[in-house]
Amino acid sequence: MEPETHIRVKNLNVYYGKDHVLRDVSINIPDKRVIVIIGPSGCGKTTLLRSFNRLVDTVDGVRVSGEVMVDEENIFDPHVELTHIRKKMGLLSQTPYPLPMSIYDNVAYGPRLHGIKDKKKLNSVVEHYLKIAGLWEEVKDKLHTPATQVSIGQQQRLCLARGLAVEPEIILADEPTSALDPKSSRHIEESFLRLKKDYTIIVVTHILRQARRLADYVIFLYCGELIEHGPARQVFESPREKMTREYIQGVIS
Amino acid sequence: MNIRVYKDKITARLMGVIAFLSCLILVLIIAGLYYRSRPVLELKPFLELLTSGSWHPLRQEFGFYPFIMGSLWVTGVAIIMAIPLCLLTSIYLSEYAPGYLREWIKPLIDLLAGIPSVIYGVWGVLVIVPLIKDTIAPRVGSFSSGYCVLSGGVVLGIMICPIIIHVSLEVFRAVPRELREASLSLGATRWQTIKQVVLRKARPGIMAAIVLGLSRAFGETMAVLMVVGNVPRAPGSLLDAAYPLPALIANNYGEMLSVPLYDSALMLACFILLLVVLLFNIVARIVLIRIERQM
Repeated sequence: MEPETHIRVKNLNVYYGKDHVLRDVSINIPDKRVIVIIGPSGCGKTTLLRSFNRLVDTVDGVRVSGEVMVDEENIFDPHVELTHIRKKMGLLSQTPYPLPMSIYDNVAYGPRLHGIKDKKKLNSVVEHYLKIAGLWEEVKDKLHTPATQVSIGQQQRLCLARGLAVEPEIILADEPTSALDPKSSRHIEESFLRLKKDYTIIVVTHILRQARRLADYVIFLYCGELIEHGPARQVFESPREKMTREYIQGVIS
Repeated sequence: MNIRVYKDKITARLMGVIAFLSCLILVLIIAGLYYRSRPVLELKPFLELLTSGSWHPLRQEFGFYPFIMGSLWVTGVAIIMAIPLCLLTSIYLSEYAPGYLREWIKPLIDLLAGIPSVIYGVWGVLVIVPLIKDTIAPRVGSFSSGYCVLSGGVVLGIMICPIIIHVSLEVFRAVPRELREASLSLGATRWQTIKQVVLRKARPGIMAAIVLGLSRAFGETMAVLMVVGNVPRAPGSLLDAAYPLPALIANNYGEMLSVPLYDSALMLACFILLLVVLLFNIVARIVLIRIERQM
């Protein structure tokens, strides 16, 4: 049985100038689990992730063909309303980038953009999402200090809270722990496992152990091509493709 | 000793000395100006010289107030004109324009900075002055020769655009792309992102850019002198003539030096001008260096 899906990718090609970064990728992303994109660096993992909310647009000289259907809407259609697509997805980048404002305002930023002005409502939203991200206890007494003053691990959880506060269906995470210490990384991983019953979480990682810990579903990319995808257990234990097996065994990287 | 090594040492020393000398020049100029302006400072306290409006060198009355006000008026008009123009230009170039366009326009704007100021002055005399005299002044129901604060401000405002655009563009480019992406990914539009994230992050740098523009405007001599009218009275409106400090110095130094203390008074004017411009520059550079380090 096909699992339910929000995101359907059909013949997606992405070029940066002359570089053909994604080659004819087609895949249905299953809902409400952790999907991990693995593959060597420079293979298009991040580009694929960034196609889901059209952040690839911010790169100069980018060209895209094919379709990414999010809730049956092709987001690369020129008439599509971008803000509403992006709102459906929270983004975690490699290093946390808190906005240049207070902790509170970081979380309230998204809700404010989308029209929540009521103070009480905002307060409860901020508290709610900081709790979900497991940060509330640590910052509740300094909500109005600049967000850059907390530790980098806390910043990443703050970014998670900020992303969740616009009520996305999907969380996109691009090597979200690569700048963090082991303890903070574990915090983030734990949040993902907690959140996956409510969200579809797509994680790019080059750490195979992390992929094994997190993944319910694995996508393996190599040189811009989709080599294999499937339930984590199947991909890790009995990969269909020789290339996947070699990557997992560390023969190629 | 090996002759090559010897040569190397000599040249290194020599260049070191030359580099040091060029820094020393600044110190020497400041010291020299202070020394030469002491006679007039002994005549009256500094504050009184700054606030007195009476400029009668023959009676030994040297009040700098009209000139300081002239400088402030002209600089003020210039900066008020330039800020929105420059910010919108650099926001467009940094945030909206495609990369190739930015790379084309940037050097063109820098070229503007290289136009000799006398050419801006001539342009002011030929275009702005008649425009104000024949069109703008009658429109607002007053008379002006056209040689006034407004002309000076307009010419200056255009002259300082390149530097403000250049610096603020660099400041905008130094804002990490990921910050914009964070905002965009929350569903912000580009304009919301610019207003709430990019501008906020860039604020100190933009202030620095503006201060650099200010210092350029404050010290600019030729172009302003040609269009402001040079009447030693504090202007009361945009259409009045003004007499900024640099124009005072350039117009009078070397003439009338037989008048006692006149030379010293002009040196004091130089001293004030130099200190203000230096201060602006130093503040702006410090801010910009900090921003660079954060990158």
